[in-house]
Amino acid sequence: MDLLQLLAVILDSTIRLSIPLICAAMAGLWSERAGVVDIGLEGKMLVAAFASAVAAFATGSAWIGLSAGILASLVLALVHGFAAITWRGNQIVSGVAINMLAAGLTVVLGNAWYGQGGRTPSLEGAARFGDLTLPFARWAREHVPGLGLIYDEVVSGHAAPAYLAFLCVLVTAFVLKRTRFGLRIRAVGENPAAVDTAGLSVAGLRYGAVAICGLLCGIGGTYLAVAQSAGFLPHMTAGRGFIALAAVIFANWRPWPALGACLLFGLLDAVAIRLQGVTMPGIGLVPVEAIQALPYLMTIILLAGFIGRATPPKASGLPYVKER
Amino acid sequence: MSAVPVDLPRWADIALVPLVSVAAALLVAGLVVVGIGENPLEATALLLRGALGSAEGIGFTLYYATNFIFTGLAVAVAFHAGLFNIGGEGQATVAGIAMAIACLALPALPGFLAVPIAILGAAAGGALWAFIPGWLQAKRGSHVVITTIMLNFVAATLIVYLLREIIGKPGSMQPETPDFPAGAILTPMHQLLAPFGFTLPATPLNSAFFLALMALFAVWLLIWRTRLGYAIRTVGANPRAAAYAGISPAAVTMIAMAISGALAGGLAVNEALGVQHRLVLDFTAGYGFVGIAVALMGRGHPAGVGLAALLFGVLYQGGAELSFDKPAITRDMVVVIGGVLVLFAGALDGLFRRVIATVLRIGRGAA
Repeated sequence: MDLLQLLAVILDSTIRLSIPLICAAMAGLWSERAGVVDIGLEGKMLVAAFASAVAAFATGSAWIGLSAGILASLVLALVHGFAAITWRGNQIVSGVAINMLAAGLTVVLGNAWYGQGGRTPSLEGAARFGDLTLPFARWAREHVPGLGLIYDEVVSGHAAPAYLAFLCVLVTAFVLKRTRFGLRIRAVGENPAAVDTAGLSVAGLRYGAVAICGLLCGIGGTYLAVAQSAGFLPHMTAGRGFIALAAVIFANWRPWPALGACLLFGLLDAVAIRLQGVTMPGIGLVPVEAIQALPYLMTIILLAGFIGRATPPKASGLPYVKER
Repeated sequence: MSAVPVDLPRWADIALVPLVSVAAALLVAGLVVVGIGENPLEATALLLRGALGSAEGIGFTLYYATNFIFTGLAVAVAFHAGLFNIGGEGQATVAGIAMAIACLALPALPGFLAVPIAILGAAAGGALWAFIPGWLQAKRGSHVVITTIMLNFVAATLIVYLLREIIGKPGSMQPETPDFPAGAILTPMHQLLAPFGFTLPATPLNSAFFLALMALFAVWLLIWRTRLGYAIRTVGANPRAAAYAGISPAAVTMIAMAISGALAGGLAVNEALGVQHRLVLDFTAGYGFVGIAVALMGRGHPAGVGLAALLFGVLYQGGAELSFDKPAITRDMVVVIGGVLVLFAGALDGLFRRVIATVLRIGRGAA
């Protein structure tokens, strides 16, 4: 395989591995910019993966699967909102609860319904999102040297939710930065008292952000179960929700850098998979675990202020109590 | 934990709030059981019989409770200092690694030397893995919650690497260490009590249970009867007031985290030193996370943690027995109950206190 081909293959799997991270990172971004800390991204993606696989299997339609995934994730997001916004509970505790609930419930229900140790039956045909071929992909591969191959391998040939994920980044960046609603969301995360004084509902805005967070986690989870894999496996999110959280921190709570961080973490993952069992001169067997631990280590180092500085929204994690 | 303080009588605060949240959590679990088409009352009866109906069942229940005591205490000690340690899993993992290295690297020692060294190794490993986030929060301002989450994953990849490349059993495909030397294991309870005329069935319950009971007492002593415990509680209540009173919140943060991590290391002692007699991958099996539920339900008090750990021990052992009889109900149900409990006793604490306060007021009005 020549170098260009290898590069294209690695970039292609980078995109595939990044999609769930991108969705979850945008989800976390919405919630955290509104001042609601969410460590339950993992759990929401997990229930979305499960619900989408169940619905897609039952109906034979991947799109119905997507709706079910979003719905399930939305329900958990609203539970988090109810605890964190309405009852001003500890947001970290609530996030932990959501992760445990999702991890337990998906396996219990999956096992009770299908009796395959928590797996759902494998999805076939229209029950799964197939890879879309973008226009001119085949033509470009044959006629445009270099770039054509990249276009065909990397840009084209992903499932519909993958393109949806990139669209979500665009929309998130635009809405947060350029619209009145986005300004209000950011304001409620920085200084909820000012938003309240301006006559806007702090709780309403935060619920809105939390619901968007649920929707985006739903897309990410669905991609995992109905596009990347052909069904649900217990604990299939495998920490992706936390890597997404790391990406949000890494990007200083901004959409485009968050996309960059997700792609970087996806690339690390793709390289780690590629190097599994490979012996390199001088190193010996490549310690793949070191590459897998990198996103976490990089986040710890960044948070500690050794490189750059992480500045979360000012009111993040603080319940808003109206003065009386 | 909640920002809406609702004044409740002390007895209600200590007993009623946890009891009501447990009842509500079990109710939710019951609904799930109904949802998958089983009878919740029958399931409860099977569960209780499996956990408490025989000496063997009780042995298993107490063995699981031992794990929950350690992880629950770990979370509770950090809570008292106002810190949320979600890193129990990672700390127990590193504790296991340190203990395995201590057991395997040292020459074969007699038990009275090898066992304390192994236990100290576990405590040191867990303390180190918790001290790092403590130090980072105290000195570098990064939040303990995020750092402990990240370190959980680092520990998970670390143990995979070490078991495969460094301390793994040569020639074995399983990710596990060789067996520990014969001296470096804890005595199973049925052997321990045999000389006293008790004949118990063989269960994984071992002398780590006594260590857990001692830990419960030691934590009570530490938190309520020592200068350090007073400092921990003061920092937890109000770090600025503590600083004004001459207590260093930074030092207390680091010390409390280290103690918390050392307690989480008890999980490795019970599992590896007490039962498996070697280190296996994934021995933490989610006990660290359930510890959060245990600490929240136990209100951070060792007596409460002990009772909550016993409850989860019953659920774990009963759940295992239940899944034999009713394959539709797997033991993951316990994780569901744990999750609902964390939600009810932790995040929705305010709601439950409000409801209880309202009910109590109605009761008083009628009398």
